[in-house]
Amino acid sequence: MSTRNLILEAHNLTRYYEVSQGPFKPAAIVKALDSVSFKVEAGKTLAVVGESGCGKSTLARQVTMIERPTSGELQFDGFDLVNASDHELKTARQRVQMIFQNPYGSLNPRKKIGTIIGEPLIINSDLPKAEQEERVRNVMGKVGLRPEHYDRYPHMFSGGQRQRIAIARALMLEPKLVVADEPVSALDVSVQAQVLILLMDLQEELNLAFLFIAHDLSVVRYIADDVMVMYLGKVAEYGQTEKIFEQPRHPYTQALLASTPHLKAQNRKQRVILSGELPSPLSPPSGCVFHTRCPYANERCAIEIPILLDLDGNRQVACHGVEEGRL
Amino acid sequence: MALLHIENLTVEFGSEKNPFRAVDNVSLQIEKGEVLGIVGESGSGKSVTAKAVMGLIDWPGRVRAENLEFDGQDLQTMPDKQRRKITGREVAMIFQEPMTSLNPCFTVGFQIAEALKIHEGGSRDARRARTLELLEQVGIPDPKARLRAFPHQLSGGMSQRVMIAMAIACHPRLLIADEPTTALDVTIQAQIIDLLLNLQRQRQMALILITHDLALVAEAAHRIVVMYAGQVVEMGPVPEIFESPRHPYTAALLEALPERSEGADRLKTIPGVVPGQFDRPTGCLLNPRCRFATDLCRQQMPQLETTADGRQVRCFMPLDAEGKPQQ
Repeated sequence: MSTRNLILEAHNLTRYYEVSQGPFKPAAIVKALDSVSFKVEAGKTLAVVGESGCGKSTLARQVTMIERPTSGELQFDGFDLVNASDHELKTARQRVQMIFQNPYGSLNPRKKIGTIIGEPLIINSDLPKAEQEERVRNVMGKVGLRPEHYDRYPHMFSGGQRQRIAIARALMLEPKLVVADEPVSALDVSVQAQVLILLMDLQEELNLAFLFIAHDLSVVRYIADDVMVMYLGKVAEYGQTEKIFEQPRHPYTQALLASTPHLKAQNRKQRVILSGELPSPLSPPSGCVFHTRCPYANERCAIEIPILLDLDGNRQVACHGVEEGRL
Repeated sequence: MALLHIENLTVEFGSEKNPFRAVDNVSLQIEKGEVLGIVGESGSGKSVTAKAVMGLIDWPGRVRAENLEFDGQDLQTMPDKQRRKITGREVAMIFQEPMTSLNPCFTVGFQIAEALKIHEGGSRDARRARTLELLEQVGIPDPKARLRAFPHQLSGGMSQRVMIAMAIACHPRLLIADEPTTALDVTIQAQIIDLLLNLQRQRQMALILITHDLALVAEAAHRIVVMYAGQVVEMGPVPEIFESPRHPYTAALLEALPERSEGADRLKTIPGVVPGQFDRPTGCLLNPRCRFATDLCRQQMPQLETTADGRQVRCFMPLDAEGKPQQ
């Protein structure tokens, strides 16, 4: 991995929240993100997968600088996001943009498309109006919107086209990293394919890095270079997409893959159906956080927290079973 | 004799003069103990069909059918009072968003018992015992405590289990599940689908699974109905249709899935969107989006025809095994 292309690097990134439990009790601590480390290179995609409540969105909030991490290191394009001054953060923020899940909720219904897409320029630049409009039209062409759409309102567009508008807005300031929070999960399969192709074309053209948050594993396999599987704020498995999909090592990754319905019969695995749901993050299980739902758990899993093991170079797994050679 | 027999069901909205056909001459039959999958993009009329069967279409919507029979009884001509005895008891439905389908003001136990009270009667204690039994059946841990829980105290998967408990409370012979897992995580999705299929097998219940997830239909259903813009475009047994789709729309939907296009460079997409009220094309409704459309397709509407192998296809030139249109 050449460091020249490294856009985002996190080392032991941690974010705790304090939750008030009433006036006389001490506040409880939720470890929403617990020692997470990863890297994203320019032109590459890292997908973060896991159930709701596993810390995916908290991760996105740290990377987009909505919040500051509690501890750890987070380097983005030469900025140290943990210790940066507010002024530095303002500059850094322009280079990270976000695409949201619900294109119906993320566009202001009272504003015209041209205004919505051009707003980042109004806030962050002092370009003359004519040049702003030209840039907006330029980006609209890139994402496949027609020039006459400039003066229309969001309600006149379908879900797929709205997502194109959201993508255009994200590209306006020429970011280096785009954080996409479930960008296609609200769309139909046919439209989903259109948006995925658009994202991949733009990535190639502009050398963008993507942090792709998703729960649809077939989409992840298609778009991502690396995958990070998270469970209750911790990394369960992290590595190259192909390797993880071909041979998942962590029981949680295996269960996630087996839960996804498949078209072809030969792709269907023995269903490992996880019993129960994600435990409450307020009182996480002792030892390995996954042991309460893991079919292979033993006494050690209930006591000792597994460390993230390096396997064959580019893959990390946090599991006692893998370490002991049981799995 | 089919359990549910629908012939030429049409649902219209809007004015009499200029109506919008949300469902256009749909004919379906479901046998006892069968799992039927209905798929299509949003706006293709899947949910409206289900609601019409349940009698949930209110004015100004108009439901017409040549025949709408459940187990030999004509649902259209019977008095409303009698129809209400069938819907909810013999035919039950679960909806997409479990969180919004439950009444936030009442406990879960009360809401399940309410269905029992209306349809089955019996003493208060008997109803309570039966409610407890139902919660156990749908796999809710600690059902006794959950009886007194309010919907906001339950997770999404848990709420969907409660909805299923409510739906199966009166031993329905047909269960309609409208996107039952769309709002849930993959692991929970697998649990819910397994639960539905187990119940279906145990009780020899017929199940209509409405979804846009083709892979789910491939795993769960016996027969599949593909709908487009209110019309049935293809219908037949699951293995055959997934092996060699005859209708270009079915083929295109399958090709848009990342799983199907493994190894290919780009996903294939279907250009455009489902036509709405004001942009219905003349001729075949798919012709502006169809790769193979000819002049004939632009002028005339094809009819749903039965092919040699017993499938029904609405196309002038159905695809052959290699995916080429036949003359």
